[in-house]
Amino acid sequence: MPGHKPWLPALATDDKSSRLYMKPPAFGYEAPTSIEQATALLSMHDGDARIIAGGQSLVPMLNFRLLVPSVLVDINRIAGLDEIRDDGKGGLTIGALVRHFQLEASELVAARFPILTEAVRHIAHLAIRNRGTIGGSLSHADPAAELPMMVQLLNGALTIAGPDGTRTVAARDFFDGALTTVLDDAEIVTEIALPALPAGAGWGFKEVARRAGDFAMAAAAVTLTQKDTLIEEARVAVMGVHDQAIRVPGAEAMLQGAVADNGTITAAIAAVREAVDPDDDLHATAEFRRHLIGVLVGRAIHDAWHRAAVAHT
Amino acid sequence: MTGTASGKVVVSMTVNGDRVEELVEPRWLLADFLRENLGLTGTHVGCEHGVCGACTILMNGNSVRACLTFAVQAQGADIETVESLGTVNDLDDLQESFRKHHALQCGFCTPGMLMTAIDALRKRPLATDQEIRDALSGNICRCTGYQNIVKAVRTMVQKRDGDD
Repeated sequence: MPGHKPWLPALATDDKSSRLYMKPPAFGYEAPTSIEQATALLSMHDGDARIIAGGQSLVPMLNFRLLVPSVLVDINRIAGLDEIRDDGKGGLTIGALVRHFQLEASELVAARFPILTEAVRHIAHLAIRNRGTIGGSLSHADPAAELPMMVQLLNGALTIAGPDGTRTVAARDFFDGALTTVLDDAEIVTEIALPALPAGAGWGFKEVARRAGDFAMAAAAVTLTQKDTLIEEARVAVMGVHDQAIRVPGAEAMLQGAVADNGTITAAIAAVREAVDPDDDLHATAEFRRHLIGVLVGRAIHDAWHRAAVAHT
Repeated sequence: MTGTASGKVVVSMTVNGDRVEELVEPRWLLADFLRENLGLTGTHVGCEHGVCGACTILMNGNSVRACLTFAVQAQGADIETVESLGTVNDLDDLQESFRKHHALQCGFCTPGMLMTAIDALRKRPLATDQEIRDALSGNICRCTGYQNIVKAVRTMVQKRDGDD
């Protein structure tokens, strides 16, 4: 996805003219029609092939020649990966090729996970959302992208196909720093399972970016359930303020079982500011980001509390 | 479909209603393919990494960045470029609205603005000017003609919603 990326290496330049390359290097192209074919191709090229799905992050990197793969394996022709399905237990199963706009427009998503609908509205622009996929966003693992944060918040699990079969990885174990995941070279994310939220859960999502569609400076997502006058289950996730999107167990611990008053929220905010390690960049200093994420978490907790249905013992 | 790094592959698609079949290198961007192979230079190429929006086209009815899509990926797709709208002497309604509101100065961003507006008008309520601005925020105009572009799209929203 377009945007300033301080963690990327310096741009490749043309030795003769110092002009920036803006066309991709030559590569081979494969468009398999099954997951088995795709993983076999990836396996055959032994780390030198790249998967292309929506391409909204990959193609800029190719145009800049930050990546020079020998082959692109285009998974868009694999049938059955573009569906959002009811899991029959109050949750959803989302195919890896589901586009951001599909998520945004899905009534099923809005009914089950309104916080996900809200989060997707913050992903880039319509033209990017029309192409970008959930599997691609998760595999790209941008620290300032919404979906890696959301699947962690929602206790998601990723189905990953490889040459030797499939495995399931919890979203919280999937990310391994900026633009890094536990995926092996020949593996593909095929599906994301999102289990039902607890009954009556309220939610809050807050993001700050310079303009609509820009990469976030910071964003926070919170869900919580209310029992009598206390917070019961609480989840807090943040992005843009660490080398990857993270859950913040320290803040969750401050909220769970506590009265939702200013003291509790202040303690949760302090735990978030303690847990994150933001970078300085063109858009904001680390200090500003640390301050900002606290403010956003506080507001998200507030919204989540007010949206939660009160359960009584 | 497969292609080696040096080899070309055959790609066929519909562009502005016409069936086209061409030999392409896998690395050719759809934007360059439209301009160089088909001579459809209305699709402008600005930043070439998805930021400026000038190359926005419709692929199967959805707005996409032609600089972030390879021509080979458009195999079987229905592509619409700015050339599918009106002509100089016979502007379509959206183009006429841009003309009427002076929503362009140099015109470089205009094809992308038009194609983006078409998709937004189909998918978004655009009930407020803020919504229109958000919908256009992925398209950069360096003449800073935004105010009039918003007005032009506002007129089209009113026309769409039947309240003019």
